[in-house]
Amino acid sequence: MELHGSLNMIGYGLAAIGSAIGVGMIFAAYINGVARQPEAQRILQPIAMLGFALAEALAILGLVFAFVVGA
Amino acid sequence: MTAFALPTATEPYVPPSISDTHLPEVLPWLAEYGTGFGKQMVMIILSIILIVWFFKSAIKNPKLVPGKVQFLAESAYGCVRNGIGRDIIGEKNFAQWVPLLFATFFFVLLNNLFGAIPFLQLPSFSHAGAAYAMAIIIYGTWIAVGVKNHGIRYFKLAVVPSGVPGWIMPLMVPLEIISNFIVRPLTHSLRLMATMLAGHMIVMLAATGARHLIMVQESLAMNAIGVAVIAGSVAMYFLELLIMVLQAFVFALLTAIYIQGALDADAH
Repeated sequence: MELHGSLNMIGYGLAAIGSAIGVGMIFAAYINGVARQPEAQRILQPIAMLGFALAEALAILGLVFAFVVGA
Repeated sequence: MTAFALPTATEPYVPPSISDTHLPEVLPWLAEYGTGFGKQMVMIILSIILIVWFFKSAIKNPKLVPGKVQFLAESAYGCVRNGIGRDIIGEKNFAQWVPLLFATFFFVLLNNLFGAIPFLQLPSFSHAGAAYAMAIIIYGTWIAVGVKNHGIRYFKLAVVPSGVPGWIMPLMVPLEIISNFIVRPLTHSLRLMATMLAGHMIVMLAATGARHLIMVQESLAMNAIGVAVIAGSVAMYFLELLIMVLQAFVFALLTAIYIQGALDADAH
């Protein structure tokens, strides 16, 4: 059986572990905060979403570079 | 590798690649410059027609006790207005941003859901160009909001964090410039494009893989795996539906967060 494709994708899969852990921790902290103090949800939601966007940015940049860099 | 050797097939399996999302143009006008009129553009026009038709017909003769369609439209509007607009931008000046958020959310949502409708089966935003256009509109909007509210001082407010000791500034300011003005619009668009493209790739992979396993492979076990792939792709379909709605929500939510950040740039 022959396998075709780019090793970049395996590297990207490994790289995505980092931001996956980051996103998981952000939402764990957010859920924790809201569970302890439900009225803080409106304050915490933008912070959690911005943190999620920043952490996920790494995974997205990784995906782009996996496609772009030396296929 | 011999342990994994498949029975000799008459034709080799070719996995779908990213170039398979480029369908032939409907109107090949200037297509060599990438400006042809393709399926994505047809679907974007279709989505606008559908959204306008749905909400117009839903509120054509409004009743005090809403019917099913009116209830759906009203609760969808209320979800965007209260859940995204009022909660994020704040009680004081959210009302003027509701039209933008509402249009953004439903435009992205319907274009994502096209990926789940048979025969259309292609999310418009699986093409990076469509997602870039959306993100550029939002990018221009929140910069304009910041400059309008704070003048040219907005750029200083946006990149110089307050309450940080002076010696760390040479490190913080370039980081803030990169993260706010370069990475932010890129990730805003590519997050949508990457998830939609991944969903579309799963559809293509399941379809071509199942076809290969059932039609080309001769052994019965491989055919059975092909049937299992089709069954598994149904579960992936529902996961994709969830992701499509979630990504439209995240896109609109980030739009609201960026606009709120520009409005209250001096608050923190």
